[in-house]
Amino acid sequence: MVNNSAQIKPLLLFAYGNLSRGDDALGPLLLANLEAQDAGFLQNVDFLTDFQLQIEHALDLENRALVLFVDASMSAQQGFSFQEIFPEKDQSYTTHAMSPAAVLSVYQQIKQHLPPPCFLLSIHGAAFELGAALTTLAEQHLAQATDFTKILLHSPNLTEWREHEKNQRCLQQALDSLTLTRG
Amino acid sequence: MYEHLETAENAAQLKRVVIDPVSRVEGHGKVTLLLDENNKVQQARLHIVEFRGFERFIQGRPYWELPVLVQRLCGICPVSHHLAAAKAIDQLVGVDPENLPVSADKLRRLLHFGQVMQSHALHFFHLSSPDLLFGFESEQNKRSIIAVLAAFPDIGVQGVKLRKYGQEVIRMVSGKRIHGSGAIAGGINKALTPAERDYLLQDIEQMIAWAQGAVALIQKVHCSNLPYYDEFAGLRSNYLSLTKPNGALELYHGGIRVKNAEGGTLLDNIDYCQYNQYIHEEVRSWTYMKFPYLLSLGKEAGWYRVGPLARVNICDYIDTPLAEAARVEFKAHSQEALVHSTLAFHWARLIEVLHCAESIERLLHDPAILGGELVTKGEKRYEGIGVIEAPRGTLFHHYQVDENDIVTKANLIVSTTSNNMAMNESVRQVAAEYLSGQELTEPLLNNIEVAIRAYDPCLSCATHAVGKMPLQLELINAQGDVVAKLLKHDTGEFERIHG
Repeated sequence: MVNNSAQIKPLLLFAYGNLSRGDDALGPLLLANLEAQDAGFLQNVDFLTDFQLQIEHALDLENRALVLFVDASMSAQQGFSFQEIFPEKDQSYTTHAMSPAAVLSVYQQIKQHLPPPCFLLSIHGAAFELGAALTTLAEQHLAQATDFTKILLHSPNLTEWREHEKNQRCLQQALDSLTLTRG
Repeated sequence: MYEHLETAENAAQLKRVVIDPVSRVEGHGKVTLLLDENNKVQQARLHIVEFRGFERFIQGRPYWELPVLVQRLCGICPVSHHLAAAKAIDQLVGVDPENLPVSADKLRRLLHFGQVMQSHALHFFHLSSPDLLFGFESEQNKRSIIAVLAAFPDIGVQGVKLRKYGQEVIRMVSGKRIHGSGAIAGGINKALTPAERDYLLQDIEQMIAWAQGAVALIQKVHCSNLPYYDEFAGLRSNYLSLTKPNGALELYHGGIRVKNAEGGTLLDNIDYCQYNQYIHEEVRSWTYMKFPYLLSLGKEAGWYRVGPLARVNICDYIDTPLAEAARVEFKAHSQEALVHSTLAFHWARLIEVLHCAESIERLLHDPAILGGELVTKGEKRYEGIGVIEAPRGTLFHHYQVDENDIVTKANLIVSTTSNNMAMNESVRQVAAEYLSGQELTEPLLNNIEVAIRAYDPCLSCATHAVGKMPLQLELINAQGDVVAKLLKHDTGEFERIHG
């Protein structure tokens, strides 16, 4: 909660989004999928979900070894994208919906040191209307992203996560060049 | 008093300045000013578009959905709506407050103290402290919690952590920081586990210490700026709140007390189920928000203020020692029976944060929150009324159901509505004292925001989000032409456009 390091688990999976807004539910649904499993590799994982990111969430990063933010995104490539994120003071701090990078920036300002290593898993969604159901495509992306997250959580190690990020980037570049060639 | 500025006689001949939107509870409002040829303010109104659709669309729903449905009224104080609705539906299942199981009553109170604590901390530290610490007309880029964190890191961090703690209390009792469940008809759905209790106990002493520091801070800020702080947007009014039967401050359940501006008691320990015998609401053509008033005093004189200033002003004492000591100092500040300064809302609000922290500690040491009877039931009734002291003031929920348990009628009087007349009066005072005869500037605009914000209406939560309300001012001449326009975007960018 505040500085309660004894109860804090080293890995935080923080999914945010609104269950009532179609594909915006992807983050919380991924979290729910994992929480429902009674798997040993989840024992060192704290799960946290909220509608949006706010300043207070910087405090949830305290005493973590690794943090994974999970969000729905219209701009995510493929079914999902995975990238390491760093503190950045953008304009989102003036709103109710901060970016994860802005949350890291607040952490740095409050704590006067760098936040723990943080990554963002963006799951591609297409429709975010109030009251809408999850789209079929988003369901497929959710399944892919859930499988990928299990792989990450099986090896909660910064070096390996960076390797995954690199692989993701290479895959994306290959897909991009394929698209250009076809074009 | 500035009532003469509510309606100008020659409105068509005056220049019109509009601040639009001034947002409210995820909704919008606006301020309109009418100026004469010397830029003297002749009329000032705060118009608030309040979303009251809830009263309609919860009709036709089964009553047990209410505590969950009404939380969606507000993202800042959902617990208050949740508990007010729960108190009302208790009556629908035949349970009066005094018959609620002890454990359920204490768990609901714990939930509510967490709610008030987090809401007040949000309002003071995130939204208002930039004005109070940097000055009302300070640079725009300073008016945010981020700037407070940079310039006053200890204060900023304590504010963020106080709010977080309140949210954690809510999460432990109801399962979520926002829109959790918990209260059900006739009780509550779970007790705290010892682990959850211990988790909250670990930090409560620190929270009490920080809350004490916050009270000292606002007292210093207020008293260092006298008489300005006493007079800014100030007005003498009636005050209304719940109190315990013995006159103590009460946030969850009590009787209605009303005092007049001189401190005389007009109503005391009134059963809130009789509220509509004492309070009526007036409709005015220029705003969607109603104007509640005391029937005995009539529409003109019967308006009143609610919220922290009302509660701390009219209670006889506070039943937690540190908050009581703070209340005594607060009251000693005024030479009168009551403190009328609008900016003293902040001071009273932080005294309540301290009271909440002390009360949370007391409840965490009470074994009743760990178990026992959680739900009870009585004879079905067809009408239920729940009233609670929400962070912003007295909140009324009133429902009727049919034989199939379907809601047939709903009436809500939310706190901000009760402060409607007072907010208008404060806007008029600021317009007359600080804007009248001046050229429009963004810092002047912020004076109006500061006055509105002191009441902590939901509009500041919705759009002032970390320091900035989007505002638009238009100067229109008597022919209806836009002479000048001043825009403050939601990014905080300030733009002047000449017509």
